[in-house]
Amino acid sequence: MFDRDKWQEIFSTISKNKTRTVLTGFSVATGIFMLIFLLGAGRGLRNGMTSVFAQDATNSMQIYGGRTTKAYKGTPEGKRIQMVNEDYLGFKKSIEKLDVISAMSYIPGAEIISYKNNYGNFNVSPVHETYKEIKNFEILEGRFLNEKDIKENRKVVAIQDVVKEVLFPKETAINKLININNIKFKVVGVFNQPSFDDNSREIYIPITVAQNIFNNNDHLQRISFTLNDISVDESKKVEQFITYQMAKRHEFSPEDKNALWIQNNIENSQQFAGLFSAIEMFVWIIGIFTIALGVIGVFNIMMIVVKERTKEIGIRKAIGASPSSVVGLILMEAIFITAASGYVGLIAGVGLLEVITKFDLINKIYPPAAIYFLNPQVDLGIAIGATIVLVVTGALAGFFPARKAASIRPIEALRDE
Amino acid sequence: MIRLQNIHKSYITGTNKLHVLKGIDLHIKEGELVSIMGSSGSGKSTLLNILGLLDNHDEGAYTLNQEEIKAMSETKAAKLRNNLLGFVFQSFNLISFKNAMENVALPLYYQKVARKKRNKTALEYLDKMGLKDWAEHMPNELSGGQKQRVAIARSIITQPKIILADEPTGALDSATSVEVMNLLKEINQSGITVIIVTHENDIAHMTDRIINLKDGRIESIIENNKINSKETIKIPQE
Ligand SMILES: Nc1ncnc2c1ncn2[C@@H]1O[C@H](COP(=O)(O)OP(=O)(O)OP(=O)(O)O)[C@@H](O)[C@H]1O
Ligand SMILES: [Mg+2]
Repeated sequence: MFDRDKWQEIFSTISKNKTRTVLTGFSVATGIFMLIFLLGAGRGLRNGMTSVFAQDATNSMQIYGGRTTKAYKGTPEGKRIQMVNEDYLGFKKSIEKLDVISAMSYIPGAEIISYKNNYGNFNVSPVHETYKEIKNFEILEGRFLNEKDIKENRKVVAIQDVVKEVLFPKETAINKLININNIKFKVVGVFNQPSFDDNSREIYIPITVAQNIFNNNDHLQRISFTLNDISVDESKKVEQFITYQMAKRHEFSPEDKNALWIQNNIENSQQFAGLFSAIEMFVWIIGIFTIALGVIGVFNIMMIVVKERTKEIGIRKAIGASPSSVVGLILMEAIFITAASGYVGLIAGVGLLEVITKFDLINKIYPPAAIYFLNPQVDLGIAIGATIVLVVTGALAGFFPARKAASIRPIEALRDE
Repeated sequence: MIRLQNIHKSYITGTNKLHVLKGIDLHIKEGELVSIMGSSGSGKSTLLNILGLLDNHDEGAYTLNQEEIKAMSETKAAKLRNNLLGFVFQSFNLISFKNAMENVALPLYYQKVARKKRNKTALEYLDKMGLKDWAEHMPNELSGGQKQRVAIARSIITQPKIILADEPTGALDSATSVEVMNLLKEINQSGITVIIVTHENDIAHMTDRIINLKDGRIESIIENNKINSKETIKIPQE
């Protein structure tokens, strides 16, 4: 099958009919190029979205206080629901399947944070130590806040790597004292966190410290928690449970959708998973469609080839070519064209994905979309699979014309002009 | 070598049935040089194609080289054509995108002879035809006579037992025709049976026997006297 003569035969016809070959090859190459590119882009989108939403654990929920839109028990609508420590403690005790829970308060006023001559404006979030289970932090140096820090009101701080770069461009940060609103906090850790926007510059301090020093109240800005082993349906029950509990404590209507804002990441992540499969499916359908068109192109061309070469096939048969050798000749040509042009399409598709990644093209063309697009790649399995599919379909596209060629009686073929 | 008994052949075109060969009985011995003559449409090519296994007969018995030819697979027929037969056509039938040497070597490809050996043998045969210097030329760079000599080289490269030539000089001028005929005679003298379809009398008269076809039947067989060209006419009995 792989002898040189046969290949020489194929190359001689291919090179004699360049336009025809190029046109056929082009349709196949486009097909595989589209498939590879779309699959890669789909993967990139998935990677990007996943990394963006990975900042919250997928089994987590967050609760924010809102404003009522319904009058309830004599209180008019428009009441602000302010969450307090009691809510945090209530949830901690009563939510089934709770894994970890953390509240977050806030500190008022401008947050000028400085170390020696370096200073910046960073976001200070007072939280419980469990917050690190809810956000996907990567600790780079030292540690995050711990239980003791919270209990003993320690003035310690964990800072994001970008904050460290500003405050400690040339030295280590651990155990250094930084100024937050003129109060000194000791740095215990540096971390990295995945985020929606590149501008996130976070600093975390113990929630107890913030409430005692900066606020003098027990107000909370949000409560976050994770749940063990939870289905989407169960998570919706938890939402309901929380709403009822809060409605009772803060006296608002449980039907009021705006009194609380609950972010259910369990549900969201499932929806995203669904969205991604839909995108992937769409990509496959388009890709397969374009490849199918390419294969039909090959089929057509091979039919024409057989027609054009009828006389030659007759000559070959007269001098002793067996039907199977004629089939081989036509088939190999079809396979060669599909495989070679498929390969070109594959390289072009992968190449484009590489170029996009290497030169950060999305960021240059439309920056807001860039974070939703990460590492567009096609895995090796798919690339190889696509190539195999292509060669097989190429062979199929060549098979019927080849069989037709082989069944032509030599005398009829010779008579053909 | 070749024995035909009561061979019939019809072509069916649409609803019409055209009875082309109407009972051919013929015996051609090994080493003979035979010509087939007859008017246009008398069935000469049809007969030759049946002899060459390019077409099949409807009725009768055909024995080729002691082998009864009945319905056989195309693969088997291809093998027989490759080993036993060589063809020379009026229109040369060279493959246009192969040079002279590759055209000559092609039958050996189907015998799975290695490429180098093939091409070397092809060059030897082209040399015999006086075409060594034209080995690398493509068919469209050759004259009719040269093309036919390439085709003859191709037909004998497998050292077949029988050469079948359908109007081999039909597209050539008379001087070139004589050259080609001399080549075919030489081939015949080396022991190969040669059967030539022609409607030129002088070509036919260069052969040992002339088979005259008329309307699908053998009308007469003329034995040429090889030594003094004296013609004897023998009419076959019904
Ligand atoms: N494939 C075919 N289908 C139908 N009819 C055919 C076919 N081949 C030949 N014929 C008919 O059969 C008859 C004999 O044809 P054949 O080619 O044998 O003639 P020929 O003696 O070789 O004539 P010429 O001298 O013109 O070559 C002709 O009438 C021709 O039209
Ligand atoms: Mg004829």
